[in-house]
Amino acid sequence: MAEPARSGPSTDSRGNKSALQVLDSPDFKALVKKRWSVSMVLLALLFVTYYGFILLLATNKAFVTQKVGEVTTLAIPLGVAVIIFAWLLTAYYVGWANKSYDPEVERLKSQLKR
Amino acid sequence: MTHLGVIQQLVLQQAQQAAPQATTTLGKPTVASIGFFFLIVAVTLVITYFAAKKTKTSSEFYAAGRSVSALQNGFALAGDYMSAASFLGISGMVALKGYDGMIYATGWLVGWPALMFLVAEPLRNLGKFTFADVVAFRLRQKPVRIAAAIGGILTVLFYTIAQMVGSGALIQLMFGLKYEIAEIIVGVVMLAYVLFGGMLATTWVQIIKAGLLLFGVTILTGLVLARFGFNPGNLYKAVVDQYGQPSLEPGGFVANPVEAVSLGLALMFGLLGLPHILMRFYTVPDAKAARKSVLYATGLIGYFYLIIPIVGFGAAVLTPGGRAFITSIDKGGNMASPILAEQLLGSGFLGFIAAVAFATILAVVAGLTLAGASAYSHDIYVNVIKGGHATEEEQVKAAKTATVVFGIFAVGLGILFKGQNVAFMVGLAFAIAASANFPALLMSIVWKRFTTMGAVWSILVGAFSSCIMILLSPTVWGEVFHHLDAAGKPYGILPWKNPAIFSMTAAFVAGIVVSLVTADQGAQDKFEDEKLRTYLGVGAE
Repeated sequence: MAEPARSGPSTDSRGNKSALQVLDSPDFKALVKKRWSVSMVLLALLFVTYYGFILLLATNKAFVTQKVGEVTTLAIPLGVAVIIFAWLLTAYYVGWANKSYDPEVERLKSQLKR
Repeated sequence: MTHLGVIQQLVLQQAQQAAPQATTTLGKPTVASIGFFFLIVAVTLVITYFAAKKTKTSSEFYAAGRSVSALQNGFALAGDYMSAASFLGISGMVALKGYDGMIYATGWLVGWPALMFLVAEPLRNLGKFTFADVVAFRLRQKPVRIAAAIGGILTVLFYTIAQMVGSGALIQLMFGLKYEIAEIIVGVVMLAYVLFGGMLATTWVQIIKAGLLLFGVTILTGLVLARFGFNPGNLYKAVVDQYGQPSLEPGGFVANPVEAVSLGLALMFGLLGLPHILMRFYTVPDAKAARKSVLYATGLIGYFYLIIPIVGFGAAVLTPGGRAFITSIDKGGNMASPILAEQLLGSGFLGFIAAVAFATILAVVAGLTLAGASAYSHDIYVNVIKGGHATEEEQVKAAKTATVVFGIFAVGLGILFKGQNVAFMVGLAFAIAASANFPALLMSIVWKRFTTMGAVWSILVGAFSSCIMILLSPTVWGEVFHHLDAAGKPYGILPWKNPAIFSMTAAFVAGIVVSLVTADQGAQDKFEDEKLRTYLGVGAE
């Protein structure tokens, strides 16, 4: 696999960096930051969805009991949507990690001295 | 207790078992039910026999030699999580209460994405056998391990007692066995799995059980939907015709927002502190596999929670006599799925569903026992008593001894707590997990300034504040210890049924404040090295 073109001090080094150099590198810091930004955004979406759902049921009964079918209330598709959305968030994270996180991890690991 | 009122009902039923009516064979052992029961136990024991041959070292005993694939681990995680409370409890609750049962189903799923975003990969990269490995990674081993083992064992023990008491009631209802005999059978078979096969056998038992459970519930759902032209709208229409529109509306379940959010927090973050779930992350080869296994588990569990309400609604409308008949068998509605199974496909299918329910309990108890035993043998015996230097032989022996002791305790406590309200114990298990284990675990991963004393205080404050708050709650103080107010209603010294919103906050505050006033230079220095392992997996086993 071709190494992505990058600028900065860490581009050319392959297999000759100490652990400390890798830890101090801007690439590593950016990776850690990126990982937690992605996690926090997804976690925030999960919170808004789930606690929003619970609080909506608790506080706005008129809204959630309106009919969306002959007898079906809006609350039913909402509950189903929370479960599906939670799974999609998980799937998005795995997709992101496979596509963006893991290659960067491999690249940084390959810079480490054996 | 709102949360898991389900299991509580299981147990309350022992005393008031209604005589089964002519239309069901529940409570009378039939050839089909006994046949399926022995078939499932026999197949899983054969697997245990083969697993036993591969289980020699401690890494094989606790972590299945890190040889489990992501898909297998996804099934095993799902198996560990979908206990009898999910299968029988949620379908029963939907059958009797309608929409409120669905609220439970969503709450039980949303911890999984949080587990993925916050701890799945660091856990795999930092740990060896137990979550205490992660908390103690850069801190002083002894105090942290002792505190973490206390948090872990408390969680597992309360979870186990609830499962054991629930299983006794269930087996009694399904097979007509005596409660004590049922407890001993569960204990012996569970010990056989864990002792001889360790984590590998337990994993395979979970995989099979998860597969059987999903298969059984899928068949039930398909059969129900077939009666309504595969249109859920027609099913809902039948429910409303029979029980009125409120069946499809949220009831009193989430009326109090503080209570609703507190329950949500316990369900969501309790998962991130359940030792028997967390230790599954060490059975896969690396962080990538850990991540994928969570995706599979979330998909399987999500699918299960999406279809189980259909089974519940189906039981309410397709069983002659409906809700009244279901409650005549079991007041909590826990027999709704088995009753429906018999209605749709006869007593053979009932036997199958009953055997699956039994396998479910067995497998969950086996997973819990292994988690409890490793908290003792790995965290206390190897790392505290032996200072980290124990031979493989000593380690496996300590683990097996701890397993036997834990198993005997589980059976004994299960018998002792017969007929007790166990809902508070499951609630306690989730609340302790969310308060004692999760905050310390998270802070040790993300916060450089976290200190040994901060971890110890966070764990202890979380564990004890959650226990004490539940003790003083309306559920325990009122319903269990029978403190009634002037109107004859059970009351608590504290008004809240679920403490997580307070006890979890207390654990975080304790961890932060104590860390800020104590210094732990060694821990700060090691945090940098730890990063390499946390994020890149360098040096992870």
